[in-house]
Amino acid sequence: MRHTISLSLFLAAFWLLNSGHYSALMLSLGAISIVTVLYIVHRMDVVDHESQPIHLTLKFPVYYAWLIKEIVLANILVVKHIWLSNKSITPTIKTIKASQKTDIGKVIYANSITLTPGTVTVNMEGDQFMVHALLHESIEELEAGDMDRRVTELEN
Amino acid sequence: MDTLIETSSFLFLLIGSFLCISGGVGILKFPDFYTRMHAVGVTETLATAMILIGLMLQNPDALVLLKLLFILLLTLLIGPTASHALAQAAIKNGLKPELHKK
Amino acid sequence: MLTAATLAILIVMFMAICRVVVGPTLYDRILAVNMFGTKTVLLISLLGFVMGRPEFLDIAIVYSLINFISVIAVLRYSDSSIFHHSKQQK
Repeated sequence: MRHTISLSLFLAAFWLLNSGHYSALMLSLGAISIVTVLYIVHRMDVVDHESQPIHLTLKFPVYYAWLIKEIVLANILVVKHIWLSNKSITPTIKTIKASQKTDIGKVIYANSITLTPGTVTVNMEGDQFMVHALLHESIEELEAGDMDRRVTELEN
Repeated sequence: MDTLIETSSFLFLLIGSFLCISGGVGILKFPDFYTRMHAVGVTETLATAMILIGLMLQNPDALVLLKLLFILLLTLLIGPTASHALAQAAIKNGLKPELHKK
Repeated sequence: MLTAATLAILIVMFMAICRVVVGPTLYDRILAVNMFGTKTVLLISLLGFVMGRPEFLDIAIVYSLINFISVIAVLRYSDSSIFHHSKQQK
């Protein structure tokens, strides 16, 4: 039930943002489409804690603030190596282990790795992530496990 | 106050353009597909964010601001997903990455 | 500054087109087309501001969604044989 409410609030905000008209006709059309979407989504049975992770809402801002800092630092590093010669890059592929229990934790971790420039999750099997990195140091940083620890804290 | 906003918007747009050009140079210069992916990563995260923040500072209208924020969130969600799908397809179909030799 | 940023985006789009033409593998081309698409989204938003018509942002949102779907749709066919990487493709 909580997930349905959060989804309908999200859809209502989405409609208001994209329409920008607040006449009675437009609002009622919006309400009808929200109800239709909710009906279809319930039939597809995808409204659960994975599509609407509201139990993580309070922890998200702290984690993403930290992630934005990491993204900025990684961007500076990659841009530096773009302008240096090709000999300065050290492309590496390595399999690293993720310590998250739930699927959503693993997805957040893999997504964070890919969102940070310089590292891309190429493949994941179970808790083994295959990561391609532009620089050898980025892999070492991931292996040190700071991001892994933060995502695990996030899901608990 | 207005000058401050103007100047910061100018700076954000400037940094964003520079990062975009860097990504463009990277995609031309890097040796193989997997390294080029990192160059695209730069243009999809910070460069997009900088340019959109620069645009946000130009316009006080709340609806426009929210739409820009929405485009930013959409890009940040879509970018990694598309990169990962592409990388996975490449590795499954046997495209070997050029690795650094020690 | 808006015009300069638009020009920068156009230059980057030109670079992406160069990568699409040069290749060498299919994946390089898909990657460059994807980057071209995200730059188009930025270009549309910038042009909306240059022309003083923020309504363009709606088009930008739709374009970014279409861009994502097109990349995923192309990759749906990654099981087919033309995607298998071999030396001849180079």
